[in-house]
Amino acid sequence: MENNFSLSETRSVSGENIIELVDVVKCFDDDTVVKKINLSIKKGEFLTILGPSGCGKTTTLRMIAGFEDATSGKILLEGIDVADKKPNERDVNTVFQSYALFPHMDVEKNVSFGLVEKKVRKSEISERVSKMLKLVMLDGMEKRMPDQMSGGQKQRVAIARALINQPKVLLLDEPLGALDLKLRKQMQIELKHLQKSLGITFVFVTHDQEEALTMSDRIVVMNDGTIEQIGTPREIYNHPKTRFVADFIGETNVFEAYLEEAGDGEIQFNMEFGHCRLPISDFNLEEAVYICVRPENLRITADETPNFRIFGLVKEHVFIGSTCKTLISLANGMEVKVTSPQTDALFPAGSTVNIYWKPENGVILHRKADRVYDIIENAVILEG
Amino acid sequence: MKKWFSRKLAPIIMVAPTTVWMILFIFIPMIIVLIVSLVRKDTGGGIIYELSGNGYAEMFKIEYLRIILKSLWVALEATVICLALGYPFAFIISKLPKKYINFCVMLIMLPFWINSVIRIYGWDTLLRDEGVLNKLLMSWHIIKHPIVMMKTEGAVLFGLVYELLPFMVLPLYTSISKLDNSMVEASADLGATRPRTFTRVVLPLTMPGIFAGSIQTFIPALGLFYIGDMMGGARYMYIGNLINNQFGSGRNWPLGAALSIFLIVLTLVMMRQYAKVGNLEDMA
Repeated sequence: MENNFSLSETRSVSGENIIELVDVVKCFDDDTVVKKINLSIKKGEFLTILGPSGCGKTTTLRMIAGFEDATSGKILLEGIDVADKKPNERDVNTVFQSYALFPHMDVEKNVSFGLVEKKVRKSEISERVSKMLKLVMLDGMEKRMPDQMSGGQKQRVAIARALINQPKVLLLDEPLGALDLKLRKQMQIELKHLQKSLGITFVFVTHDQEEALTMSDRIVVMNDGTIEQIGTPREIYNHPKTRFVADFIGETNVFEAYLEEAGDGEIQFNMEFGHCRLPISDFNLEEAVYICVRPENLRITADETPNFRIFGLVKEHVFIGSTCKTLISLANGMEVKVTSPQTDALFPAGSTVNIYWKPENGVILHRKADRVYDIIENAVILEG
Repeated sequence: MKKWFSRKLAPIIMVAPTTVWMILFIFIPMIIVLIVSLVRKDTGGGIIYELSGNGYAEMFKIEYLRIILKSLWVALEATVICLALGYPFAFIISKLPKKYINFCVMLIMLPFWINSVIRIYGWDTLLRDEGVLNKLLMSWHIIKHPIVMMKTEGAVLFGLVYELLPFMVLPLYTSISKLDNSMVEASADLGATRPRTFTRVVLPLTMPGIFAGSIQTFIPALGLFYIGDMMGGARYMYIGNLINNQFGSGRNWPLGAALSIFLIVLTLVMMRQYAKVGNLEDMA
């Protein structure tokens, strides 16, 4: 996962919360889909709810839209509880996964649907429709029927149909899922630009972590009805707070280790296939931990390294374009992925290598508790 | 040779029985009806093979025209009532949990397994002056004299609605259950109230079902002569009985045949309209 760039890091978002979820629970029959989540969405931000299918992300979005009622908890829109408000009374609009364009209406009628309901003057409607279609680059297509359009075009109609109402929040439910990769990448950037230029709060639901990293101001990672972590794409990627987040976002190597005091008073991480010493203090001895290291942060060398005793056998190199992925098998059979620029001719398949990483690049997580320590924070404490 | 067989001959062999059946029992009888409508009647019943337009000309006699118009009107009434009853019914069924849907659809189909003439006789037992309902009401002293229910125009309308409601509900159910719920959600999301969502989205998208149901109700409503006979009695004449009579006591085969042709043409025209609306269905 090299392209963890974000288009949006510089964007300023006001501190005001436009949506707040307070202890929101949603049950379907006996099945609790959303388990007491708390979430504040800031005005003007691009927030992505990211998680595997069935994690409750779409249900959360549908509760904000008003299609589902929360079983318990509160949903506040601009500080006002919207429990009693039907979808048509909420100042939010949705872009549906299936687009849900009205098949019996042409593009113009689809896009103007909301304005007609609001009884906007006819002249103003046609003005706003043509402006909106220009914005999504569909001008001239007013009279097309939905079934005469490509997936990408339908997508734009769906976005235009929602945005023309100038909603306080735009909810997008996996809107790019049905598009091919190239079109999806293009739409990601277009959506991001659209959001920036309009300044409307976007709440975007996806299971595609790359999409989330590319577009979001903040990402909410959900799993099994709970929020695992909320943070900027960089925080989520570089400092995952749970094993799930570390696994789900990008590729990662997870080493299971337990802490032991070495003879000289230093703390040593023992693993099945070796050990290493890392400068941390906040963990208890004998504690079981995970060490998560991204493939691009792992280094291999033929030389001995002072703090790392992890040896492995180079299995194979896989050329993946800009970089080379090297698979190394460790003593216990575990396979480690290392990506690096194309210099791996140095270590042909079959050679024995030593693996190490910079201490600040490894994230250490408690194996049981949710509380998590990040090695950077601890490194700073030690130096101070 | 083998290839030729599978490509050319096999399909012909497979459709042959149906084709022969259609020719023998539909196409040829239709041609006979057409011929009969175009010849002269014999006074004792039967026909004389001599070209004549009398069958059609007689249709426009005022007494026959009145019957035709009244039949069209009753059929229309029955269709509208079936639609008004059937639409909410079909809508509710399609929104039920899956396990109840099959049961409800079966309930609708159930009457098809009992001969409809027998079922209409059943109503006669219940509704006639000395029938079960009147006797019950009188024994409870709710009424003194029996209420005349059978042999009225209302009874005919009731019989038609009773008989044809399933033909309305089934196509409606098919159409409504196909309606994607995200359409309804999208409409609400865009600010439409429930009634507005119904008129702007639900109704247009279920129009194919409304058309199909209406045609499937209207056409039989015109032709169900035994309902007119049994529930309306001899006092009320509908196009179905009229045709029936022409081949019996009326002894005017060409008129009966001409009226039949009129019904067939009307049916074909409506089917043609339905086919056009059917294209709409692909979009929904």
